[in-house]
Amino acid sequence: MNITAAGVKKEVSEGLTVAQLVIDEKVEMPQYVTVTVNDDFVEHGAFESTVLKEGDSIEFLYFMGGGQ
Amino acid sequence: MAFSNEQIERYSRHIILKEVGVKGQKKLLNAKVLIIGAGGLGAPAAMYLAAAGIGTIGIADADEVDLSNLQRQIIHQTKDVGKPKVQSAKETMEAMNPDVKVITYHEFITSENIMGIIKDYDFIIDGTDNFPAKFLINDACVMAKKPFSHAGIIRFQGQLMTYVPGQGPCYRCVFKEPPPKDAVPTCKQAGVIGAMGGVIGSLQAMEAVKYILGVGDLLTGYLLTYDALKMQFRKVKLPADTHGCAVCGDHPTITKLIDYEQTECDGVGL
Repeated sequence: MNITAAGVKKEVSEGLTVAQLVIDEKVEMPQYVTVTVNDDFVEHGAFESTVLKEGDSIEFLYFMGGGQ
Repeated sequence: MAFSNEQIERYSRHIILKEVGVKGQKKLLNAKVLIIGAGGLGAPAAMYLAAAGIGTIGIADADEVDLSNLQRQIIHQTKDVGKPKVQSAKETMEAMNPDVKVITYHEFITSENIMGIIKDYDFIIDGTDNFPAKFLINDACVMAKKPFSHAGIIRFQGQLMTYVPGQGPCYRCVFKEPPPKDAVPTCKQAGVIGAMGGVIGSLQAMEAVKYILGVGDLLTGYLLTYDALKMQFRKVKLPADTHGCAVCGDHPTITKLIDYEQTECDGVGL
């Protein structure tokens, strides 16, 4: 099936979970990432149970603390 | 208020824009913008806002200019090393534009003083370098119903979003709680390319100017991310449902400001 991860279209296997996608996408410090699927937040506790569907769009939002 | 000939010439490239005009330039001259942090983000933001003729600019920073700041904090010069950043920033802004009144706050922003500082301003720019300050600014702006621009920069990356009361998610909607101390690297630990502050800080100034003029679309409901190595901007849509947010939601659980433990960056908190 096809999904869009961080703006990039890709083909992934059926049944892929958010938890596995975070690993596949090599998300840095995954414990601090905010994930959205189709513009809704997915809580960390739901990463394992959230199964992606054809056409889903997933975004990874990262803490960025610098500025000075 | 009638413009002097000098003002008409100074702001001519603004006045000629249909989105600004004489009316818009007057709005800018009557506006009050607060910049928290006179560093990588705050320096370019302050300079563009001063040049644009924002009538009152507040600048808050407890720090002094350090030689290691000058690679990116372009409001300060070599001669300013050792001087309070707010003083150096004030001198630069006043030299750029005598129309601008600069108010300095040479202090850390805390839960005790932030409400009193932000209350007089129309728009706030978060140019701080640590999560406790970023969450404090967010929560205070939500509680005081003040619009603000959040931003963060590190290495070759930057991002920003705009909060306007009643229009979409706040910073805490997206990033619930500050990460544990030292879990996420600071600029001092990880480095930051100098022009990144220029790119993102200038975008923050742009959001402030657009908000004051009431033109265009703000970054409300979006996080704009910039990857300089890939030379890629992405405007990421944020969830619109803010009902459950601990501070801006329907039943907020955070009703008092919190001073989280500071993570050091360049030896100071701000």
